Amino acid sequence: MFQTADMLRIFHAYRGDAIVVPGRGGRHWAQISTRPTRDVPVGDPAMGGHAGFALGLALARPADRVVLFDSEGDLLMSLGILPTVAELAPANFYHFMLDNECYATTGGQPVPNAKNVAYDVIARGAGYPRAFAFDKLEDFEASLPSILAQRGPLFAALKVVPEVENVPIGQRVRWQTRTRDRVLADLRAELGVAR
Amino acid sequence: MPETPVTQSPVPQTQDAQLSPQLVLDEMKKNGVTHVVWLPDSETNFLYQLMQADPSLQLVPVSREGLAFSIAAGLATGGQTPAILIQNTGLMESGDSLRGWALGLQIPVVMMVGYRGWTRHGVNTDTAATYTERFLNAFGITYYLVETSADAPRISIAFEEARRTQRPVAVLMADEYHGFNR
Repeated sequence: MFQTADMLRIFHAYRGDAIVVPGRGGRHWAQISTRPTRDVPVGDPAMGGHAGFALGLALARPADRVVLFDSEGDLLMSLGILPTVAELAPANFYHFMLDNECYATTGGQPVPNAKNVAYDVIARGAGYPRAFAFDKLEDFEASLPSILAQRGPLFAALKVVPEVENVPIGQRVRWQTRTRDRVLADLRAELGVAR
Repeated sequence: MPETPVTQSPVPQTQDAQLSPQLVLDEMKKNGVTHVVWLPDSETNFLYQLMQADPSLQLVPVSREGLAFSIAAGLATGGQTPAILIQNTGLMESGDSLRGWALGLQIPVVMMVGYRGWTRHGVNTDTAATYTERFLNAFGITYYLVETSADAPRISIAFEEARRTQRPVAVLMADEYHGFNR
């Protein structure tokens, strides 16, 4: 396992002009990214939807690389997204998934069969042409350039250290630097999309 | 003793007139739909072959209806015009995705919803129909009933409302299980 923030710092060096949906890595990515108008930290509109949202963006913007940092709790809620991605096969879609083996924002309870799910195997079985799994940061760092040089869609499961939150929601410190409306408005302006 | 005349209901008990699939497709294209995010259902399956044959539409198949809302949100955010084609059963299953992704992100998407269980005489035996409009009302979502080809212009009304309000709007496809029997 490795720290999400360390992984994101490594990714940042290769980010280029990708649109990034940071998912549950948003807390760290907000401090790392230097291109916030191409970041889409939408928070948690409804659990299980990050992959669908990022897929929609990728289909809408085929000339832009879309990188998603999904989470295993989200993906388990919507495993059916995997064959949809595989069938449509957007070449610009890069599906990374943070696997901390638990529901960190509700106190760290384990996800079903937490330590024994091979998400890369599931993705490959659903039809992703390329899928990877990393539990050592040095392996991830060494492989990232070649992964990003490949056509999407591809999937990479990343074992990360849980960052468990166990204080009442109302007492948690907000990490967001922009409102959701601002995030979407900034992205639309960046992409030249009119409402 | 004279025979008692049979009273004719002013509303036909069953649905004879049907909705032209080409008209539905024309309405979608007229409103600039680029992607149809869908899961097959009995009431709207007649559209499938036409949509598939149309190069201007990309079909995005999902395996559970809740996925349709996050995908549509991404498509709309990226500048495309999605429509969602699902059944009322799946709509109800999608409650949180509808809330979070479509309403939460203010996505102007039209949901074409197969109205399973709907009948012209209004007495249904299918709870899918019983709860459909109640569900939409709970979310404050406007809906338009489309039963026959004469109703097709209501689809454009739905699209116009979605654009104007930046909210999802539903079109209830009230076909009585004609499905492939067209």
